[in-house]
Amino acid sequence: MQLRKPLNATLAALITAGAVALVPAVAQANTLQKIKETGTITLGHRESSIPFSYYDQNQQVVGYSQEMMLKVVDAIKAELKMPNLQVRMMPVTSQNRIPLVQNGTVTIECGSTTNNSERAKQVAFSNTLFIVGTRLMTKKESGVTDFEQLAGKNVVTTAGTTSERLLRRMNEEKKLGMNIISAKDHGESFLTLETGRAVAFMMDDALLYGELAKAKRPADWTITGTPQSYEAYGCMMAKDDPAFKKVVDAAIAKTMTSGDAEAIYNKWFLAAIPPKNINLGFPISDAMKKLFKEPNDRPFE
Amino acid sequence: MFGSYEFDWSSIPGSLNFLGQGLLVSLEITALAIVAGIVWGTLLAMARLSSIKPLAWAAAGYVNLFRAIPLVMVLLWFFLIVPKFLESFLGLPPGSDVRLASAMIGFALFESAYYAEIIRAGIQSVPKGQLAAAHALGMSYPQAMLHVVLPQAFRNMVPLLLTQAIILFQDTSLVYVSALADFFGAAYKVGDRDGRLVELVLFAGAVYFVLCFAASQGVRHFQRRLQRA
Amino acid sequence: MEYQWNWGVFLLPSAVNDGTYLDWMIAGLQTTLSLSLSAWMIALLLGAVVGVLRTVPHRGLAFGATAYVEMFRNIPLLVQLFFWYFVLPEMLPTAAGDAFKALNPIAQQFVAAMVCLGFFTSARVAEQVRSGINALPRGQKNAGLALGLTLPQTYRHVMLPMAFRLVVPPLTSEFLNVFKNSAVCSTIGLLELAAQGRQLVDYTAQPYESFVAVTVAYLMINVVVMLLMRKVEVLVRVPGYLGGK
Repeated sequence: MQLRKPLNATLAALITAGAVALVPAVAQANTLQKIKETGTITLGHRESSIPFSYYDQNQQVVGYSQEMMLKVVDAIKAELKMPNLQVRMMPVTSQNRIPLVQNGTVTIECGSTTNNSERAKQVAFSNTLFIVGTRLMTKKESGVTDFEQLAGKNVVTTAGTTSERLLRRMNEEKKLGMNIISAKDHGESFLTLETGRAVAFMMDDALLYGELAKAKRPADWTITGTPQSYEAYGCMMAKDDPAFKKVVDAAIAKTMTSGDAEAIYNKWFLAAIPPKNINLGFPISDAMKKLFKEPNDRPFE
Repeated sequence: MFGSYEFDWSSIPGSLNFLGQGLLVSLEITALAIVAGIVWGTLLAMARLSSIKPLAWAAAGYVNLFRAIPLVMVLLWFFLIVPKFLESFLGLPPGSDVRLASAMIGFALFESAYYAEIIRAGIQSVPKGQLAAAHALGMSYPQAMLHVVLPQAFRNMVPLLLTQAIILFQDTSLVYVSALADFFGAAYKVGDRDGRLVELVLFAGAVYFVLCFAASQGVRHFQRRLQRA
Repeated sequence: MEYQWNWGVFLLPSAVNDGTYLDWMIAGLQTTLSLSLSAWMIALLLGAVVGVLRTVPHRGLAFGATAYVEMFRNIPLLVQLFFWYFVLPEMLPTAAGDAFKALNPIAQQFVAAMVCLGFFTSARVAEQVRSGINALPRGQKNAGLALGLTLPQTYRHVMLPMAFRLVVPPLTSEFLNVFKNSAVCSTIGLLELAAQGRQLVDYTAQPYESFVAVTVAYLMINVVVMLLMRKVEVLVRVPGYLGGK
């Protein structure tokens, strides 16, 4: 009896899903004007993307990208002549960051977001903040020095990253027969490596240094392999707002060419950082040196 | 005993403050969702058993819809869409932190669907004769429900309502979709930041166990006294 | 600025050349279904046994069953999953742990997720079974015993047939929950429906299409299960209770 009830429910659900799907298409006002009117700017940040954007032991947001974002905020304050602009912090995840920038909840997000062509369809990217290469972390005694040696072995990477994409593509094209494990986040990827489930962990080198620094025995691990790609991290903001992007880009460019960016780099990659006062010891790459001289917003992919 | 894994619990003492704040968020959401869920759930259950067909269908549609979608998706939709509604209708400034409010609303609406099912089963476990007897005594339908059927139904249902409350408390961890730090989220964040995920997750598990176990023992004790009285 | 809708995204070849994104979603759906159904089998079996044991007049058995339920329902699923996947293999004798870790990673993830979800759900099933048995009028048990049946016989022929019929509606909730809870298993890297949806966001930057697709897929699974259980519920209804018509 009454087999129709659930069918009605389905229909209702589908209609709701349809209605709901229309909602996010909210028209976006001019960002600078909106900031001026509301007197506030909302900054999107990550929670554990060491050393780019994360909480320190006092739950304050710190990191390389965070400092760059604050430089941008200073420039916006100057542009709008609003020294008392109110700044709100909003943590974002890799899953919700794009919708939040799109629907205007977050004005600008600087963390460890790669600028790529798919994302550029939905959001705008600022001048590049950082350039990373995708490499491998492995146990020193594993004997692995490069990607070819991973054939037939278990390799871990973090779900949704460019590394995962490259690894899967490499496996298909070169028929390496690797078993690829996609862990939910970098912490779980490293745990997979640490507990011996995988011989190597492929990821952005800067993040690998971050994981290495957290390891119980940092001396056991090494970062190796030819970079398989380069990635440009940028700040995300709403699309089609050239006036706002210009202010953001200029602030980043100025920070880089003035030498401030190098000081920020040294602070986060070559000195002890919170929460555990570890030094990542990640020397500045040639690509980064070049970026600091000639800031640009070009993606690598 | 612990094989080859080297445990290191040193991250926990310094983070107790942050973890405590997370626990508070979990408890706030749970308390609100239980109260709202039981009230709204009872109404839904009665509507579903009502002889007025459209009312019964509407309630069934609501319950089935919310039971059919994973909580994590409900929370995600609420988080992405509710703030926009609040902004347009209540004139909240954009970027207001409505994460807690949207999580609470999402939980209350979602959990009420589950409470409705438990309460419906509770009502149905009462022998029909009870309702007939109440009518024979001259009680109206609402009176019979309130004074005869619901008290018995709730007594049968206490263990399941409790189980649902415990599930709810544990489910608060799903607010991670909005990066709101509940207790589990706080523990996970500390673990991820310090590279001590296993330790922090086990610690969180132990705290959940102590709290939930104490709560279930408390209610059981209360229930026994209720039955003796 | 408007969101750039692109429902054609599902038909695009994936970024790693292993079919289309729709194929990913279908593969995820298959994993969700096989994981949930196998976990449900474990849960029904263990849950029925433990639920019955909780009601027997034997202190040791009842205590053991109670401890089982309390343990599995008072610890969040995510924590239990972490335990089964990351911690347990480290606690086993090294040889056994290494043997497990030498398995194909997908098999490891699937086995850990299935066992975890099965045990977790069994504690809830046990509670339903127990409350079904307790909801029976006490006279039924006494009548069985008075007829000269032994206690096991009374359970087998008098109480359980009745109790199992009473718990079917609430068990529907648990059955639905298994499918939804299986989404948690993406956390250890198992590529089920929710994980494939998340991948789609990362690979295509089309979040809303993915959210809608995942929501609708769960909705469809649940509607099918509900239709099925509605039929079962009608079949097993007990006349004379408010649930009977």
